[in-house]
Amino acid sequence: MKEQAHSPWSNRSFPEAAKDLLADSQIRRNVRHATNIIQAKRNRVVGELPDWEQLRVSGAAIRAHALAHLDHYLAQFEDNCTRAGGHVHWARDAAEANRIILELIQRHSAKEVIKIKTMTSEEIGLNRNLEANGIHPHETDLAELIIQLGHDKPSHFVVPALHKNRQQVREIFQREMHLPDLGEQPEDLASAARTYLREKYLRIKVAVSGANFLVAENGAVCIVESEGNGRMCLTLPDVLISLVGIEKVVPRYRDLEVFLQTLPRSATGERMNPYNSIWTGVHAGDGPKEFHVVLLDNGRSPILADGEARQTLQCIRCGACLNACPVYHQTGGHAYESVYPGPIGAILTPQLHQMKDARSLPYASSLCGACYEVCPVKINIPEVLIHLRGKVVQQDQKTLAGKLGLWNIGMQAAAFLFEDSTRLSLAQHLGQIGQKVVVSKNGFIEHLPLMLSGWTQTRDLRPLPAQSFRDWWAQREKAKPGAASSSSPQPSNATEKPHAE
Amino acid sequence: MRVSLFITCYNDTLFPETGKAVVRLLERLGHTVEFRKEQTCCGQMHWNTGYLKEAIPIIRHFVNVYRDAETIVAPSSSCVSMMRDHYMKAAELAQDAKLAADVESLLPRVYEFTEFLVKKLGVEDVGATFPHKVTYHTSCHSQRSLHLGDIPIRLLKQVRSLELLPLENPQECCGFGGTFSIKNPDVSSAMLADKVRTVLNTGAEVCTAVDNSCLMHIYGSLHRQRTFVRTAHIAEILASTAGAQEDGK
Repeated sequence: MKEQAHSPWSNRSFPEAAKDLLADSQIRRNVRHATNIIQAKRNRVVGELPDWEQLRVSGAAIRAHALAHLDHYLAQFEDNCTRAGGHVHWARDAAEANRIILELIQRHSAKEVIKIKTMTSEEIGLNRNLEANGIHPHETDLAELIIQLGHDKPSHFVVPALHKNRQQVREIFQREMHLPDLGEQPEDLASAARTYLREKYLRIKVAVSGANFLVAENGAVCIVESEGNGRMCLTLPDVLISLVGIEKVVPRYRDLEVFLQTLPRSATGERMNPYNSIWTGVHAGDGPKEFHVVLLDNGRSPILADGEARQTLQCIRCGACLNACPVYHQTGGHAYESVYPGPIGAILTPQLHQMKDARSLPYASSLCGACYEVCPVKINIPEVLIHLRGKVVQQDQKTLAGKLGLWNIGMQAAAFLFEDSTRLSLAQHLGQIGQKVVVSKNGFIEHLPLMLSGWTQTRDLRPLPAQSFRDWWAQREKAKPGAASSSSPQPSNATEKPHAE
Repeated sequence: MRVSLFITCYNDTLFPETGKAVVRLLERLGHTVEFRKEQTCCGQMHWNTGYLKEAIPIIRHFVNVYRDAETIVAPSSSCVSMMRDHYMKAAELAQDAKLAADVESLLPRVYEFTEFLVKKLGVEDVGATFPHKVTYHTSCHSQRSLHLGDIPIRLLKQVRSLELLPLENPQECCGFGGTFSIKNPDVSSAMLADKVRTVLNTGAEVCTAVDNSCLMHIYGSLHRQRTFVRTAHIAEILASTAGAQEDGK
């Protein structure tokens, strides 16, 4: 069989990719419009729950507990799922998962499969791999269908085609479904997709899904969705294969009570999902005759072992952090060049790649904290971003180029100054003199050199004032006869006096 | 009360007027202000950029300088949030139990400037006069880390002759983020453009905040565009009286 390696989309850094997307006014308009709508809905339905904070705390506690005892709960899930007639497979990495799924499909001589939206399948490049082996996957989630037919990539993991507007969707459908007369109303587009997909549900015998949750105590699998296309895939085919990250397990059935409230409200601003499918194994005469779960590690175990970063795996993929993120608002998801975009992608993707790729992503955040504020399982994303930045710096400092790089030299020099106030004071004086070479005629700094040049491409910088605060204070103290420290109210002696050099 | 001022490294170097205003106001309110000249920086820039082990000596230095201080006030929410959110982590990383104990004892004595006025001193009307149209930018750390809520707004509402104009999308970051604005200058500029647009839409003459870092960023664009809208740290507004407007303006 042919295999595709697990790789990021490209080797471009976030700032490079973001530049292209910032220039795409259509994408920016679509992203801003869609995130504003989802966020407003989310805020409305979250605001109506008096116990929202407690739900967040519970959700975080359940997920953290499950992760701390993941080995136990996964084994329990395997036992219970197997007992109920399911088959559990363990995949160490993307290649193993692809091989397992391909073999299962080939065993049934299927040439086509239907798929429910699943980020894990994007993560392992399943579609590419199936196509390379002569099997055609059909996405059935409306947004994933738009992405697939448009030969595009998802830009959001709840709303993958968020960067497309209705006109663009219509054009894709007209071209790919051969419907030149297709109308532009939402009903026209939905109806076209329904006609296109129904035939596939009835004909194709193998389905591939992901899962939102696995329940250890009874081996149940849970998928929530809005369209009902997932329900078709879960019930009509003879064979169902669910590819699920190992972190998705929760201990008890009743734990879903928390997440079935927080997930839909955070993800789509709905009080509950229109379709909530929870099933256990197989049942004669009802649903698929054969059910497989492929448990995917693919870089998750090392995250689990990192106490600081482990909370990354608490994620329930609601996408609220994307919708809240001011960086995502500007660029959309493609700038992250990763299956998982936005703030959670900025911490998850580099870790899944063992910090070998996507090393610019931990820096793709202003650390504003909007992501943490909305996270329904309280992942402190800014804290993890800083932790990962620490790893990037450590890696860089191990190389000669990194050691001699401007960033490292600049930061080492700044640290040297900040360890001693006399050094800082001296640097201030030198800066006050030395800045003359960069100060423009109008008295502002309009061009800075090297890595600082990006700052002055859109912003002027006030130069250092002639006197630092510490020098002003020293001067004031000196002016006070016999006073060790100031206590008397001063008249306004605060006028600018040039510092005597 | 004896107040130990932590001016912060960039206010010391770039915005001395803010420090002078803090001194003027606290003294006007009858408090004693001291300035420990050994102070430097809180370590935020190094920590947030991933230079974690380089930040530790800076943090240790801060803790040593203020060990015996009664009350520490800093006119910067991001520096105070650096201490509250990250100092314990830094002590853990340094595996330094003594530093952790020092941090634990120090943190309850550290206040952001407006938080100190309202929460510690119980003052909202500081007797200021500022005859200008002002809009208030809610900095990220002031809202999401320190949870200042409407404290700065309450202070501004008591200022005589000040017309406070609400800013659209107040919760959204200005795009500074320290070294973020250098590592991601384009995204940062796009965020800044949105923020500046909302500032200009208010019709305000002055944009204020509790952090000069955001204001330096916002003013950078306001000046580049020659909008003649200026920025002023909230301390400079609160220190202004009918007789004396903020200095150097």
